[in-house]
Amino acid sequence: MADPVEHGITANQANSLRHGPDERGHFGGWYGGRFVAETLMPLVLELEQAYNAAKADPSFQKELDFYLRDYVGRPSPLWFARRMTEELGGAKIYMKREELNHTGSHKLNNVMGQILLARRMGRTRIVAETGAGQHGVATATVCALFGMKCVIYMGATDVERQSPNVFRMRLLGAEVVPVTAGAGTLKDAMNEAMRDWVANVADTYFLVGTVAGPHPYPAMVRDFQSVIGEETKEQMQAAEGRLPDVVVAAIGGGSNAMGIFHPFLDDSSVGLIGVEAAGCGLDSGKTAASIERGRPGVLHGNRTYLLQNADGQIDEAHSISAGLDYPGVGPEHSWLSDIGRAEYVGATDTEALDAFQLCTRTEGIIPALESAHAIAYAAKIAPTLPKDTLLVVNISGRGDKDIFTVAEHLGVKL
Amino acid sequence: MSRIAARFKSLAAEGRGALIPYLEAYDPDLETSLALLKAMPAAGADLIEVGMPFSDPSADGPVIQAAARRGLKAGATLPGVLAMVAEFRKENAETPVILMGYLNPIEAYGYDRFCTDAAKAGVDGLIIVDLPPEEADVIEKPAEEAGLDIIRLVAPTTSDERLRYVLSHASGFVYYVSITGITGTRTASKHDLKEALPRLRAATDLPVAIGFGIRSPEQAATAASIADGAVVASVLLATLAETLDADGKATAETLPRVLEQIRALAAAVRAGVPAADQTA
Repeated sequence: MADPVEHGITANQANSLRHGPDERGHFGGWYGGRFVAETLMPLVLELEQAYNAAKADPSFQKELDFYLRDYVGRPSPLWFARRMTEELGGAKIYMKREELNHTGSHKLNNVMGQILLARRMGRTRIVAETGAGQHGVATATVCALFGMKCVIYMGATDVERQSPNVFRMRLLGAEVVPVTAGAGTLKDAMNEAMRDWVANVADTYFLVGTVAGPHPYPAMVRDFQSVIGEETKEQMQAAEGRLPDVVVAAIGGGSNAMGIFHPFLDDSSVGLIGVEAAGCGLDSGKTAASIERGRPGVLHGNRTYLLQNADGQIDEAHSISAGLDYPGVGPEHSWLSDIGRAEYVGATDTEALDAFQLCTRTEGIIPALESAHAIAYAAKIAPTLPKDTLLVVNISGRGDKDIFTVAEHLGVKL
Repeated sequence: MSRIAARFKSLAAEGRGALIPYLEAYDPDLETSLALLKAMPAAGADLIEVGMPFSDPSADGPVIQAAARRGLKAGATLPGVLAMVAEFRKENAETPVILMGYLNPIEAYGYDRFCTDAAKAGVDGLIIVDLPPEEADVIEKPAEEAGLDIIRLVAPTTSDERLRYVLSHASGFVYYVSITGITGTRTASKHDLKEALPRLRAATDLPVAIGFGIRSPEQAATAASIADGAVVASVLLATLAETLDADGKATAETLPRVLEQIRALAAAVRAGVPAADQTA
């Protein structure tokens, strides 16, 4: 029963990989699901119903489209990175410019969808977890936009290493609660946000920032982020008259990757590569590479690959990037990895720092350290690929928030 | 008849509800928690919940979180917890032991093997906080084959329709989470409890125990008289934590203080609801 391989693929997914999850929220019959306390089950079921109703209501999509265009600033461009391509001397590199969204990352795509849903559901108070603070800032932003109460849980370690984002959230009117449990990172913030939700079920909406958590979050967040891949598909057709050959994205929880992957799942010619944070190295014991170094288990409402010890206790993750510093990954990625539709690799802290500088120097784009992991792997494989290979790398966020971390690692005092 | 069913039956014959204290395995070390477990029945525990420490107890408040951390630091593992229960069973054949915790360590252990080993160790039931009936197929069959009850939590947020569904997957007894929230924070009013019970009774013939937020002997007596049992956890763990030295080690105070508190709770539960309280 506990062998995920035998659950790899089920009959109704034989024709399309885009139909998941099943009605229990399972991907491939095993990953995902709804592993929450009974107090939360009615809420999770209510959310699923509300989301299904919204999805079927054209006025909801119309409203979302309006905000995506006029507030978020979509569509985001697909940029041909000429100088980086020349410097690497291989595949043609395109960048999907999610860092140009309002608030500086892909996070707002999902947050905008969910805040409109929370309003439809009559909720007045929003809680969210955040790692790097990008999701927290995005959430605080829409709460300001719609005049809603906002509480953001953030690990105490992250509060320290992402202080500009903490200040931004507070300016936006959010209450930022530092979480000191554990190592004080994203995992601990997630625990605390779930505790808040359990305790405040009547008025509170839990605005999850990634493609993880109990069903329907992984599917819902993926749907809201799929605008990235849909635009990429159209834009590449316009630019090159065909689909890309390779799509590369960074993976923490995996929402920017799922958003750019999902529209391509049935296009078997398109290679999909998720880049996990290898931290100090995949085998250093200080890593956040859940798929490559973890095994399936249950945490935060879903079954997925987790960094854990032999006794099923969850390990602390490590990454230079606070946004990737999480011992799990979205369940759909676990499934895509098992069936081999997407490939998952790692980039170390050092490789990400190098890529951060490469991108800044050659393209004039300062990427988030999260996105720098994707750039690092793209830069590694580009020289090995023919010049007519079309490679898209998702620039999920901008790196202003990371300049202090980068300066410290480069030995520069700001 | 299972130990759990036998115990609730004999208490019903006595005309009182059960006191169900909780301890976290290996908190603050194996020896102390095993000694506490062994001493609990004589102090008045009718059933005992043993917490299986987990790194990410997302439904628990700060007190149980801290206890779980101490347990893990002391080296708690699932095999270790089962060995602890087996040790207890050498001396006590009647008091039901229920393991409470989160799913992942059990999934890592392996469902079939865990149920077999737990039953062999003398465990009577399981409360798995993050395993709703929707996902319980992984463990229901091996648990049933091993003779382990799966105790279901139900909450104030559980609708009548859902109550019927959840309880169709329950055995042993029903654990009523009396508040919406995490362990050890709020306390439900007597009025809320009295409102809730008929709804539960209509949906199940199983005994009902009330937990989350029961702190005082009076609250325990009230819950045990309205329902069939009262679970007391955080307040006992808080007392234990108070007795530890600066390094988090047990002291000569640790066992006596926790046991004294259990005795006070047991005395109140056995005395029933104070007359002045009957009408409230």
